[in-house]
Amino acid sequence: MKAQWALVPVIAVAATQAAWGQVSAERIRNADREPGNWLTYSRTYNGQRYTPLAEITAANVGRLRAAWTHQTQQPGKFETSPIVIDGILYITEPGGEVAALDGRTGRPVWRFGRRPPPDLHACCGAANRGMAVLGDLLFVGTLDAHLLAIDLQTGKLRWDSVVTDYRAGHAITAAPLAFDDKVLVGVAGGEFGIRGFVDAYDVRTGKRVWRFWTVPGPGEPGHDSWANDSWKTGGGSTWITGSYDPALRIVYWGTGNPGPDYNGDDRKGDNLYTCSLVALDADTGRLRWHFQFTPHDVNDWDSTHVPLLVDEGNRKQVLVANRNGFYYVLDRVTGEFIHGAQFGKQTWTSGLDSKGRPIRLAGMEPTTSGIMVYPGFHGVTNWFSPSYSPLTGLVYVAVREEPAIFSKAKEPYVPGQWFGGGNPKGVPKVEPTGSIRALEHATGKLVWDFPLKSPPWAGLMSTAGGVIFGGSSEGMFYALDASSGKPLWHYGTGAPIFANPVSFTVNGRQHVAIAAGNALFAFALPETGR
Amino acid sequence: MQRWVLALIACLALSAQTPRNLYQAHCAGCHGASGEGSRGPALNGAASQRITDSAALISLVRRGIPGTEMPAFAPETIGDEQLRGLAAYVLGLRATARDGASGRLGRGAELFRSKGKCITCHRVNGDGHTSGPDLSDIGRLRDPEWLRRAVVEPESALYDSFGGYRWTILIPDNYLFVEITTRGGDRIAGSRLNEDAFSIQIRDGEGRIRSFLKSELSEVRKQWGKSPMPSYRDVFSASELDDLLAYLASLRGSR
Repeated sequence: MKAQWALVPVIAVAATQAAWGQVSAERIRNADREPGNWLTYSRTYNGQRYTPLAEITAANVGRLRAAWTHQTQQPGKFETSPIVIDGILYITEPGGEVAALDGRTGRPVWRFGRRPPPDLHACCGAANRGMAVLGDLLFVGTLDAHLLAIDLQTGKLRWDSVVTDYRAGHAITAAPLAFDDKVLVGVAGGEFGIRGFVDAYDVRTGKRVWRFWTVPGPGEPGHDSWANDSWKTGGGSTWITGSYDPALRIVYWGTGNPGPDYNGDDRKGDNLYTCSLVALDADTGRLRWHFQFTPHDVNDWDSTHVPLLVDEGNRKQVLVANRNGFYYVLDRVTGEFIHGAQFGKQTWTSGLDSKGRPIRLAGMEPTTSGIMVYPGFHGVTNWFSPSYSPLTGLVYVAVREEPAIFSKAKEPYVPGQWFGGGNPKGVPKVEPTGSIRALEHATGKLVWDFPLKSPPWAGLMSTAGGVIFGGSSEGMFYALDASSGKPLWHYGTGAPIFANPVSFTVNGRQHVAIAAGNALFAFALPETGR
Repeated sequence: MQRWVLALIACLALSAQTPRNLYQAHCAGCHGASGEGSRGPALNGAASQRITDSAALISLVRRGIPGTEMPAFAPETIGDEQLRGLAAYVLGLRATARDGASGRLGRGAELFRSKGKCITCHRVNGDGHTSGPDLSDIGRLRDPEWLRRAVVEPESALYDSFGGYRWTILIPDNYLFVEITTRGGDRIAGSRLNEDAFSIQIRDGEGRIRSFLKSELSEVRKQWGKSPMPSYRDVFSASELDDLLAYLASLRGSR
């Protein structure tokens, strides 16, 4: 009898652990209760990419050392931002493979492989930035525009939904966003004349619940911002994960460039809702408000950024450091423009007007012979994540300083073919450069600047230990002091970094991880003498 | 269906697979309609570090370039036969290297060593010094016109690697002259081999490779557009210059 009773606590513990393996919507909403996990793309729905973990500090980060490395053997750009649940990392590899890794050793515990068709149209190489998790499922988008649900425990496919036709130029590279009972996904393809959208799917069935078209159709508000039939190939891709406010039940999602990229002659008008932030009703996908950063863009300045949801006193705000060179503070209930400031080099405007609309300088649009403009088509910043630290009140952003010569041309639209309308080039004898900048979140005022050699392609993470982690195009993974920008530590990964850092705990010890080259690197403080 | 319709479709399908059409469909978006470069590097220059011949190009296209936007093209997308045609087309985009080098090779080689004293800075097949670029395969990397400019007007011919968009520059392929001052007050001049946010590697005037952490330095002065090489305009006669250029154009590496 005694022996049988002894089994009960064991079973109870096992049952609890199985339940913990199920990642409820409530767990993700309350991510700060479990800072050792990383349950959604930016860790929290507010997009801040800030970790409350504080074992690694500005004082001890100089002793950080490599814990393990996982090599992927996959060509393409390794851009994954891992999901971390109770000591296991879930990553996507460039071609779309998924792996679960033991967070203590980096050893894979399962793999999911799916061979995409060979005739892909992904504009910018094979890339995937990560997954969403909800319940016992992981959600991953594919280069051939499917949305897959994978069993969190075993890596087996549970459902496969076709989001759209990849042969027309669509692809999915962004991590989906999951909340309540839905999973949201955006599409790439702004260089192929697609018509963009954000989709929501039922997490249990994979059936589509709603779709928001980023380019309004006939009869819809905003349709008159497109000349003739230009809306049909209007672009407005949605290739970076949005943020979510569960209290307001609003999703905030950035939209990409209008098509064709560099020639606006046949799409006169503001071209709504391209280069915008759209606020969508989480239940219906209906537009609550929009803010367009670059009306009638002709420079490929997608507004595909992770929006930072930050409260200023009682005012709920959303902050965006935009590819066009300006930093914006908006009211996230109404979309009202509160403040704007230039945060990087630009030569195309004289500033913003009182509504936040850029005041274009004459003669700076692409010409047939070409004209030099700052920023170039990669923008002052790009898709890689900014970070906000509630500890310092600063917004951290990786900044690029690189002009381009923009020229325009007439190009016919052919489904699935490049539809750029021009051909931008680098500028001879100008060495592109970059930096990490800390901005006052309320004003966008520059607080410090850490110079980089080349324009960066890696995002940032701020920590409760007062540290900013980032990566460089020369392959340095580094730590800066969050208050001063002083460099504290760096590690040569040996290959360019196109990814965002994350942090998590394994056996109570804080780790930081970043993808670089074709490998994922994890770091921790030495186990003894911490 | 009429037989002529089928024939027409077959013709169209075939013409759709010409090297030119394949180039426009798969390459032009990044490399420009004429290989002039855009998002991707130019393909029409005389110089390319990666591609030396058709086989190297085919292998590169099949593999892609990890860490860049250059994808791997599977045989299902571009068949082997088509890829051979495409590779020939791409190599044909290069500025045709004119045979401008008509001088006497042997005399050029002698001038390189004696009158020009070129080997006090340059090395050819292991012979000479290394403070300037190794010229063992310069005839393959640069056309004769460029070589002539480099000899008579060195600063105008400094190779500029920033003309095209690059995702990353692992090793700068320009030749930048830098002057470094350490916190201890030492000054070292040399050519930059590499650089990142935290360190810089240079080759000093004695040809030694030196590495510095930026935290150890008080100044890094970059001499954009400057070259330590003097002009040879007044050193060589016209016929001597022709001979020297014939020699340089003949340097194709040891393969």
